[in-house]
Amino acid sequence: MDGQNMIEMHGIVKKFYIGSPNELTILKGMDICVKKGEFLSIVGASGSGKSTLMNIIGALDRPTEGSYWLDGVDVESLPDDQLSTIRNQKIGFVFQTFNLIPRTSALRNVELPMLYGGFPRAERTARAKELLQMVGMGDRMSHLPNELSGGQKQRVAIARAMANDPAIILADEPTGALDSETGRLVMDLFHDLHQKQGKTIVLITHNPDLAQETQRIITISDGRIIGEKEGGGKTCS
Amino acid sequence: MQLRENISLALSGLMANKMRALLTMLGIIIGIASVIGIVTVGNSLSSSISSSMQAIGGNSIIIGLQQKSISTGGGVESLMGGIASPSESDLITDDMLDALQQAFPDDIDMISVNKNAGSGQAQDGRKYANVSVVGTNPDYRQASNITMVDGRYINERDILSVKNVAVVSDRLVEKMFGADADPLGQEVKISTSTGELQTYTIIGVYKYEASLMNMSFASEEDTSTSLYIPITTADRITGADEGYQSVSVVTTAGSDSYALSQEIEEYMNTFYVNNPSYQCLAISMESMISQFSSMMDTLSIAIAVIAAISLLVGGIGVMNIMLVSVTERTREIGTRKALGAKNSAIRVQFIVESVIICLIGGVIGILLGTILGYAGAGLLGFPASPSVGIIVIAVTFSMAIGIFFGYYPANKAAKLDPIEALRYE
Repeated sequence: MDGQNMIEMHGIVKKFYIGSPNELTILKGMDICVKKGEFLSIVGASGSGKSTLMNIIGALDRPTEGSYWLDGVDVESLPDDQLSTIRNQKIGFVFQTFNLIPRTSALRNVELPMLYGGFPRAERTARAKELLQMVGMGDRMSHLPNELSGGQKQRVAIARAMANDPAIILADEPTGALDSETGRLVMDLFHDLHQKQGKTIVLITHNPDLAQETQRIITISDGRIIGEKEGGGKTCS
Repeated sequence: MQLRENISLALSGLMANKMRALLTMLGIIIGIASVIGIVTVGNSLSSSISSSMQAIGGNSIIIGLQQKSISTGGGVESLMGGIASPSESDLITDDMLDALQQAFPDDIDMISVNKNAGSGQAQDGRKYANVSVVGTNPDYRQASNITMVDGRYINERDILSVKNVAVVSDRLVEKMFGADADPLGQEVKISTSTGELQTYTIIGVYKYEASLMNMSFASEEDTSTSLYIPITTADRITGADEGYQSVSVVTTAGSDSYALSQEIEEYMNTFYVNNPSYQCLAISMESMISQFSSMMDTLSIAIAVIAAISLLVGGIGVMNIMLVSVTERTREIGTRKALGAKNSAIRVQFIVESVIICLIGGVIGILLGTILGYAGAGLLGFPASPSVGIIVIAVTFSMAIGIFFGYYPANKAAKLDPIEALRYE
């Protein structure tokens, strides 16, 4: 396979309730390639198969058929524990609802992927501090999630996604729970990561305006890719 | 590797839900506290009793009368008194005891007898001392390990001439005559609880030693000490029949007191073959002690069963709350899995939390139980003897409960599907 491709998916099919009368095919054969350093968006209405696709890209789920290579690793054949390792090492999740661990400081939240990755404490803390400073949260490291605003939480979550220097950042509606102003800040942060650090970012959204900012837009509907076009590739403001 | 993180995480979780954590621990706390408390009291009780029994002498054999109609199984209770009092013709006589001693010259060291002759107060103006008057024979001193500090003990001549002489405790002397006075030859007047007045000449002073057998709930000041008089004098005062319901035989060192007790019983019963209602029973102190300790062992097993039940209930409480916690934190579990936590890491996290709940509960229980044990033993007047063994067992056991009852919820958490968990509202 081409070493330049971060994600290579061929003929991805996902079925639920297999073998039962109400068998459901959510993804009906998808081919997606994402180049290293690309900022891609996947757009689709709800029910289009977006979330299912994201789960497969994020190694939370396996496709029923098809092959999925992530950063040179054949993901769909791996057992559970190794999928955990893939998620830990190669994927940085950013969720719509932030999903910070409650009662745990921003710093400890950012350390978490490194904890599961087996890094020693001192190294974890140093890197977590660095990342929090990078996202502009250096002065709130010891705050608990419930002491942070939505935008601040999402910045901590982005720092956490970056913790193990993953191959891709997988952002699922990252601005969905934010007002437009803080949403803008978060998007700028993604652009920053993309341009300055060359991160590969996959943004999943239903918002065409946000998608327009990315380099390439894949539109899916009813489990199929129905369109692919170049985005504006908006530069960091 | 993540143990420290898991512990601090579990602690912060408990701190966030203090009331819930406390209620969850309550079952464990009560279970452990009751075990520790009861065992501490039980231990101090049993060590006091067995040390008192040892003081009486492991080589003593007690001969008592037993009603023939009562089952001949024997035991402590049958020595302690039958239903009806035996009449004079049923009592063990001095002649029988002389014969007994001659029958076993090598095995019987001495035979000690005593009779209660009432209790009352030694009085002299405003000074007083509580006493219980006990009629004894000369052998009683050695058989009961009485240490003389002044004068002499009762001898055969006192017995034969039915003298009004008494051996008193050093405590009585101190209270009635002062520490430096010479009490020998002085008179001591006893007004008994039945209203009569008895006067004795002091011939000796013994060293008072507190033990379980003479302890009471009275204050130190009012503690009653024994005042020993010749047994014949006691018979005369009380108008009791000559003879004894029970006597204590001290065996010579090295004799097998259990085997001897059976021989003595057999021998004594030759006097009672024709007695319609009574026979003799001889029990060695040794077998009483072992009977007592087997009784305590049974009690311990009963306590252990009760404790196991309460800890089981406590453990189920912990499991319940852990299941609630797993459900509440479904999203957190999903997030952790998305961030790369392996199933085993999630499982360990929840087991650690459950163990910590139980361990904290166990430690609180141990503290509470020790306090209860000390208070209980203090109330009963024994020195408390906490058992280190039981504390170690309690800690181990509460950790085991944490692992056992935490495993199912932890496993449930570990097996959650990350997609479902992340979507959980």
